[in-house]
Amino acid sequence: MPDTALERQTMLAPAAELVHTWHASSMTAFGHDDIRVETTASMPQPSTAVRIRVNGVDHDVSAHPDTALLYVLRNELSLNGPKFGCGLGQCGACTVHVDGAPRRSCVTAVSAVAGKDVVTLEGLGTPDRPHPLQQAFIDEQAAQCGYCINGMIMRAAALLARTPRPSRDDILSAMDANLCRCGTHMRIVRAIERAAAGSVAGPAGREG
Amino acid sequence: MTTSSTSTRSRREFLADAGILIVGFTLFPRGIRAESLGQAVGQLTAPSADALDSWLVIGRDDAVTVYAGKVELGTGVSTALRQIVAEELDVAPSRIAWVQGDSQLTVDQGRTVGSGSVKRGGAQLRRAAAEARQALLEMASAKLKAPVTQLEINDGVVSVTGDASRRLTFGALVGGGRFERTISGRAPLKAPSEYKVVGHPVSRVEIPAKVTGKHTYVHDVRLPGMVHGRVVRPPRVDAALQSVDESSVATLPGVIRVVRKGTFVGVVAEREEQAVRAAKALNAKWAAAPVLPDAADLYARFKSLATTERVVGENGDAASALHSAARPIRATYRWPFQLHASIGPSCAVADVRGNVATVYSSTQGAHQLVAPIAALLGMPSDSVRVVFTEGSGCYGHNGADDVAGDAALLSQAVGRPVRVQWSREDENAWEPEGPAMLFEMAGAVGADGKISAWTYDAWTPTHGARPTRDPTTLVAGALVAGFVSVGEFFSGGGERNARTTYVLPNERVTSHPVPSFPIRTSSLRGLGSPQNSFANESFMDELAVAAGIDPIEIRRRHLSDPRALAVIDAVAKRAGWTPRVSAPERSAVASNGVRKGRGFAYVQYDRTEAYVAAVADVDVRPDTGSVRVRRVCVAHDCGLIVNPDGLRNQIEGNVVQAISRTLKEAVRFDSMRVTGVDWNGYPILRFSEIPDAIDIDVIDHPDQPSVGAGEAATSPIPAAIANAIFDATGARVRQVPFTPDRVREALRASKV
Repeated sequence: MPDTALERQTMLAPAAELVHTWHASSMTAFGHDDIRVETTASMPQPSTAVRIRVNGVDHDVSAHPDTALLYVLRNELSLNGPKFGCGLGQCGACTVHVDGAPRRSCVTAVSAVAGKDVVTLEGLGTPDRPHPLQQAFIDEQAAQCGYCINGMIMRAAALLARTPRPSRDDILSAMDANLCRCGTHMRIVRAIERAAAGSVAGPAGREG
Repeated sequence: MTTSSTSTRSRREFLADAGILIVGFTLFPRGIRAESLGQAVGQLTAPSADALDSWLVIGRDDAVTVYAGKVELGTGVSTALRQIVAEELDVAPSRIAWVQGDSQLTVDQGRTVGSGSVKRGGAQLRRAAAEARQALLEMASAKLKAPVTQLEINDGVVSVTGDASRRLTFGALVGGGRFERTISGRAPLKAPSEYKVVGHPVSRVEIPAKVTGKHTYVHDVRLPGMVHGRVVRPPRVDAALQSVDESSVATLPGVIRVVRKGTFVGVVAEREEQAVRAAKALNAKWAAAPVLPDAADLYARFKSLATTERVVGENGDAASALHSAARPIRATYRWPFQLHASIGPSCAVADVRGNVATVYSSTQGAHQLVAPIAALLGMPSDSVRVVFTEGSGCYGHNGADDVAGDAALLSQAVGRPVRVQWSREDENAWEPEGPAMLFEMAGAVGADGKISAWTYDAWTPTHGARPTRDPTTLVAGALVAGFVSVGEFFSGGGERNARTTYVLPNERVTSHPVPSFPIRTSSLRGLGSPQNSFANESFMDELAVAAGIDPIEIRRRHLSDPRALAVIDAVAKRAGWTPRVSAPERSAVASNGVRKGRGFAYVQYDRTEAYVAAVADVDVRPDTGSVRVRRVCVAHDCGLIVNPDGLRNQIEGNVVQAISRTLKEAVRFDSMRVTGVDWNGYPILRFSEIPDAIDIDVIDHPDQPSVGAGEAATSPIPAAIANAIFDATGARVRQVPFTPDRVREALRASKV
C-alpha cells in the first residue's frame, strides 16, 4: 500500500475563469471585476484599525487588514445579508456594492475598501421599506432557500443602476456569474424584469 | 419520541437551563414574542403526537403558535403547512407563529424528507387544528350559552350566528391555558369545497426577510462567547493520521486550541478568519491508500462488488419473451456520482457546556440527530437538544448533520459555543454524495405494437446513510473512531421508480446493491427516481423508435390510470406535440447548424405519488456537442394543491436543477480523493444556460389527498432531454452528464 503523505495546502487558486456556453455573450454589462482578489500583501499585525463606511455609517474594525470584508461585515457588524458561499469568488453569495459596483466580499480584503462606500443588502431596504428590486423579488416570490438571493439582488441592483432597461440577454449575461442551486433562475429573471419595468416611472432606487 | 414522565421533568429543567436561548435569542420566527414563547414553554408537556397542547398554543393576546416537527428546507413547506392549520382553525395564516424542528419543543414528525411534509406532516397538523377548533367551539358554547351548531368562527373570533355581540376571541377562551385534550381524530374536518386558504396562492412567509438580510439562517446564529472552529481534513475518511505539529499554529493570533481525537483534527480560534488561517496552516500528515477506481472502471467495479440481487418486480416471463422476440433491443445507461451542492456550505453552532448540549443545525431531522450527537459526546440523549435553524437548500442528506457533529465535538473540547462553517472544499469533498448507478435494459416490441418484453438490471450504492445511534455515521464520529460506519444498506431509495407504472405483460426488474464503496453516498433529491427514470424513459423512447411508434402513443398503450393519461394529454397540448417518429433527417436545422429536437417522458413519482409528464425542446450543435434546453413543458398532478404558486416554484426549481444534473454534473475524483472541490470542478447550470421558458400545467384534484411535490418533477427531465437530443440528431446519449464531449461521441457512434 503506497504511503502517500499529504500536507495541508491551499488547493485552489481563486477562480479567474468562468465556464461559458457557446452562446454566452460577452460580459459587457460591467465585466467581472468584482471577482478579482484584493488582498494586501503585508502580513504583520498593523497598529491602526481600518475604517470602513458601510450603509452610510463609519466603523473602525478590529480585524487584520487582510481579513475578507465578508467576515468583517458578518461577524463585526452583524450584517447577515452577505453570505459565505465559496470563499473563492465563484458563486456570488457574498456580493456587496463597493462605490456602486458589485464586489465579492469573500475575496476582498477589508483594507481594500477603506475610504470607499460599501452597501449591503440591508442598506438597500428593509422588510417594511424594501428597495424596488427587493419588492420585485417578493412580488415574484423569487426565492426558495434564499441563500443566494443576497448576491442576486446586489448584482441585479448594480445592473439596473447602470442599465435601467436591460434586455433579457443583458440580465442573463450580468447574472451569469452568480449561482443558484434551487433553480429559482426563471423567477429571478422575472423579478429583475419587473423591477426594470417599474423603474420607468423613476429611478430603480438608491445607487451604491 | 420522548413521552415518559422523566423526560418531561428533564425537559423542563433543560429548558430552564437554556432559558437564555429561548427568551433572549432571536432565533424564533418573526411574530413570536418572548412573552408568548415563555408562556408556551411553560404550558408544554413533553411533545406527544396525541396531545393537542404539543401542537398548538394560543396566547392571551390571541397569538397562535404552532409547534411543527417538519421543517422549512426552502421549499415553502412552512407556508403550506400554515395554510392547512389556518384553514382548519379559521385564523388568518399571518396570525400564526411557527416553531419548527426542535427536539425538545416539537413533536417528532419524522425527518423532513421524501416529499412527505404536506402529505403526512400536513395531515397531522390538520387533525390537530381541527381538534383545537372543536375544543374552542365547545368552550365558547358553554360560555356563550349557545349550541355549537349556532356558532361560527371568523379569524380567531367565535360568535353566535346572527348575534355578533355575543363573541369571544380564541385568547379569551383558552389564552395562556392548556387544552388538556387528546387528538381524537373525530373532530370534523372541512370539506375541500369550503376551503378559503388551502388551494389559494399565499406568499411565502419568510421571503420578505430573506430578500432583506433579516432571515436567520443557521449560518447567522451567534451566541454570547461564541468562537469559531474548523476541521482539518484528511484526504479521505479512512486515512491514517501520522502526525500533527501543533507548533505550526502556535504563534498565530487567536488560536484557542488544536483539538485531536483519534484522526479527528480541528482548530478553534476567537475569530472566524483566524480559524480559517489556522486550519490551513496546521501541519498535519496523513497516509491513505489509492483505493478509488479510475472513472472509466467505476461501473465495472460496481458489478464486481455486487454479490446479491433483489427482484423489485416481476410479471409474466420476461426472459422467454425476450428470447423469442424478433428484434430485441439492449441498452446500457450510466449515471455519475452527484453532489447536493448547496450554495451555502454546511454550518452549525454547538454549545456544549457541563452536562447540557444545544446544537443549532439545518438538519432534516432534529429529533433524529440527538442520538448520534449524544453518542459522539458521550452524553445521555435527554441532555442533548437540537434546534433546527434553516440552512442553505439541502436537497437531501448533505453535510448538515456532519457539521453539527464537528461543532459539538469542538465545543465540548473548549467549553464554549463553537460555530463551524464548512469551506467549499469541505462541502464538495465530504458531503454524502448522490450515488452513481449503472443500468442494463433489454426489451422488445411485438407485432401488435405493444411491449412484449422488458428487463431492467441496476447496480447502485446505498441511497440512505442517515445518522443513527452509531456516532460513526457522522463524519466527526468516523474520524474519532478511525473508520466510517458502513451501516445497513438501504435499498429502497435506489429502487424508487425502478419499476415503471406501465402495464407490461412480461417484465423483470432486478436491483443489484453495491454494499460498500469507498465513496460515501446517501440521499439526494429523488433518490433513485431520477436515475431510474432516465434509464426507463430513455429505453421506452428507444423501443418507440425501433417500432416506429410515436413516443407518447407507445406509453398510452401501456397506461390506463386516467390521471396518468390526463397529465400526458395536458403536456402534449401545452407543448403542441404532433405525433412523430423521431427521424433526425427530418428535424429542423437552423442556418448556424443547430439542430432542434423535442423529447417526452412520463413518471409517476415513487409509483404512487405525483404524476408528471414533460416535453423538452433542445438545440444541439453537432460541431461542438453543446446542448441547450430551450423550453420545458410540464404537467403535474399532486392531488389537492395547497399553495399553487409554491407548487409552481417547486416545479420550476426541479426542472432547472434537473437540467443542471443532466447536462453538467458529475463528481470528479482521482484514486485518492474527490477532486472537484470548487465550482469549476463541479459546475452547475448558469443563467446563460437556463431555458427560455418553463410552461407548467398544474392539475388540481381537491377530492384527492395531497402528495408531495418537492422531488417529483426532477424525474422525467433527464430522459426528456436525452430523447430530445436523439430527436434532433439521431444520437442516443446514454451517460449523464451530457457534456459536449459525450454528445460528440454519441454523434460519431450514431453515424457508424
